[in-house]
Amino acid sequence: MAVKLMQGNDAIGWGAIAAGCRFYAGYPITPSTEVAEILSRELPKVGGKFIQMEDEIASMAAIIGARVGGLKSMTATSGPGFSLMQENIGYAAMTEIPCVVVNVQRLGPSTGQPTAASQGDVMQARWGTHGDHPIIALSPISVRQSFDLTVKAFDMSEKYRTPVILLADEIVGHMREPVELPDFKTIKIFEHKVIESPATYKAFRNTPDGVPPLAPFGVGYRYHITGLFHDEVGFPTQRLDEIDPWLERLNTKLEKHMDDIALFEEDYQAGAKVAFLSYGASARTARHALKLARAQGKKVDMLTLFTIWPFLEKQVEALGERVDRIIVPEMNLGQLAYEVERMVGRKKVKRVVRANGEMVTPQMVLDAMEG
Amino acid sequence: MNDAHIYEAHDLKHDEGQLPPENWFDRSETLQKLRKNKKFPTIWCSGCGIGIVMGALIRAIDHLGLDNDKVALVAGIGCTARMAVYMDFNTLHTTHGRALAFATGLKIARPDMKVIAIMGDGDALAIGGNHFIHTARRNMGITALVVNNTIYGMTGGQYSPTTPLGGRATTAPYGNIEPPFPICDLAIAAGATYVARSTVYHALELDKFLAEAISKDGFSVVEAVSYCHTTFGRLNKLGTATDMMRSLKDNSIAKSALDRLPPEEQAVNTKIVRGKFIDTDRPQYTQVYANLITRVQGGEK
Repeated sequence: MAVKLMQGNDAIGWGAIAAGCRFYAGYPITPSTEVAEILSRELPKVGGKFIQMEDEIASMAAIIGARVGGLKSMTATSGPGFSLMQENIGYAAMTEIPCVVVNVQRLGPSTGQPTAASQGDVMQARWGTHGDHPIIALSPISVRQSFDLTVKAFDMSEKYRTPVILLADEIVGHMREPVELPDFKTIKIFEHKVIESPATYKAFRNTPDGVPPLAPFGVGYRYHITGLFHDEVGFPTQRLDEIDPWLERLNTKLEKHMDDIALFEEDYQAGAKVAFLSYGASARTARHALKLARAQGKKVDMLTLFTIWPFLEKQVEALGERVDRIIVPEMNLGQLAYEVERMVGRKKVKRVVRANGEMVTPQMVLDAMEG
Repeated sequence: MNDAHIYEAHDLKHDEGQLPPENWFDRSETLQKLRKNKKFPTIWCSGCGIGIVMGALIRAIDHLGLDNDKVALVAGIGCTARMAVYMDFNTLHTTHGRALAFATGLKIARPDMKVIAIMGDGDALAIGGNHFIHTARRNMGITALVVNNTIYGMTGGQYSPTTPLGGRATTAPYGNIEPPFPICDLAIAAGATYVARSTVYHALELDKFLAEAISKDGFSVVEAVSYCHTTFGRLNKLGTATDMMRSLKDNSIAKSALDRLPPEEQAVNTKIVRGKFIDTDRPQYTQVYANLITRVQGGEK
């Protein structure tokens, strides 16, 4: 494909088309609306369906319903809408229905500053719904990666039967870069294969990899799906001997596949005693600071996280053993830094935070090396 | 409609205390729509009307001869919504108030399926009120079955959007001061193409209305008026389940009978009106969208 100038939100839309997304339901909200606009135009061309729902709660419900019917589905929103979606995100996690939720983060809380950037939903992406549950969140740092991670989001959501949050931000979402997208025909997404007969099919049974295959409605596998605690065929149950094995599978299924889920980039230098750790738009700041620091002859490590949740404990712990100080720039008051501190101890972590809509500057990161 | 199968099902309890005949379950085609591997009895209180609505729904689907694989029941949360789990279709028990939004996604993904949303009055009209009117506005090809027992039963008897004025509830200890929603009027105003109401006393009429509603292409609504003797009945001293059932018989009137009354009597009617209030056709959403895809793929800009 030819090189095109496009913004991150466009790339997300194209990533969805390339990944085989054939249903989008959403509600307009700045700064995510371009995703809906492009999909309202492109989905019918490939036989897909777009609907603008009455709110974000309905949007989230509709994409789950459509995936139950067999269509790969997505919605896109920003902070306030993401808050409204939380109950049904929990439903998708509980019922193990694959879906992709794009959150182009804006400044909050509340209406905040709709056009200002933020990374304030890191913890909401992990713990926004009630109860313990597994979740995957990915965060792109460029326009091209917005495309790639959208494709990955669909692949992971199918493979692991989980909602996947694409934790984008206003800066990457509205930033324009020249990109060359791959040929969509080369993109492969995991497809569920149900080999059991309808009589023996159990949608929530235990399997060696922790992820039972998912049959859509309407093709002969009549079964029950509920947000209640359920047994392996989907019926509500209060029996601990039925609940415990299922709960164990649900809450450990992602851990078993971290080698596939963990997306990151290590740029390490022998002898470095300080590291930058960042993600999303702030990783661009950190990478700029890295260049400046290295130009001055300083040795610095850089760990960029693309997978935010589940948190990359192994990689961050290893980095903590390499260096004395980890500087974590982010556009919130230190949400991911909490996790880094949990792995390496508070004393090793230096937060460089800003939650007023402005980017962290490279100079702020460089200053943190000194203090 | 042919009611033979209904009487066959009724044959089960013709004599109180008598055990069901051998193989009674297998002998009834209608009962085959119940899930054999689901543990019964149901969660409903003895004497509840919701089971009657479930029977009517099963008989309606059976009467239409629908393939079980092509029927989806999408339920919200509440006593009524628990209905879905007992029936052998594709059943999706969702979150409170959102059945129609889930059903919308499912219907768009599977326009070939009959999608039936099962909700109580609080589910459909309070927390789910916005979805109710927008699903009607779009004329989405879904049947909304609203069981109206005028109370939040599962949580113990709080007032709902259909609790009558003055009715007592655990959260209306001095009587309800909020006027109730007329469900059928709301559905018609919002654009539903089929709207009917009956009660759990008039079970065969419910069968008929449900069969008609499900056979519609567009958005259809059936309000099944029931009662909750456990909460509303107790708080308002309305007696037993039998008393409340009898009250549905005594305090309801067929629309055809009401229409024959002089206008001044019609104006002061306080009885529940049973009947079909609208039966019309307009373009159904998934068909309109299919046409849009054809237009776009044909090169229309």
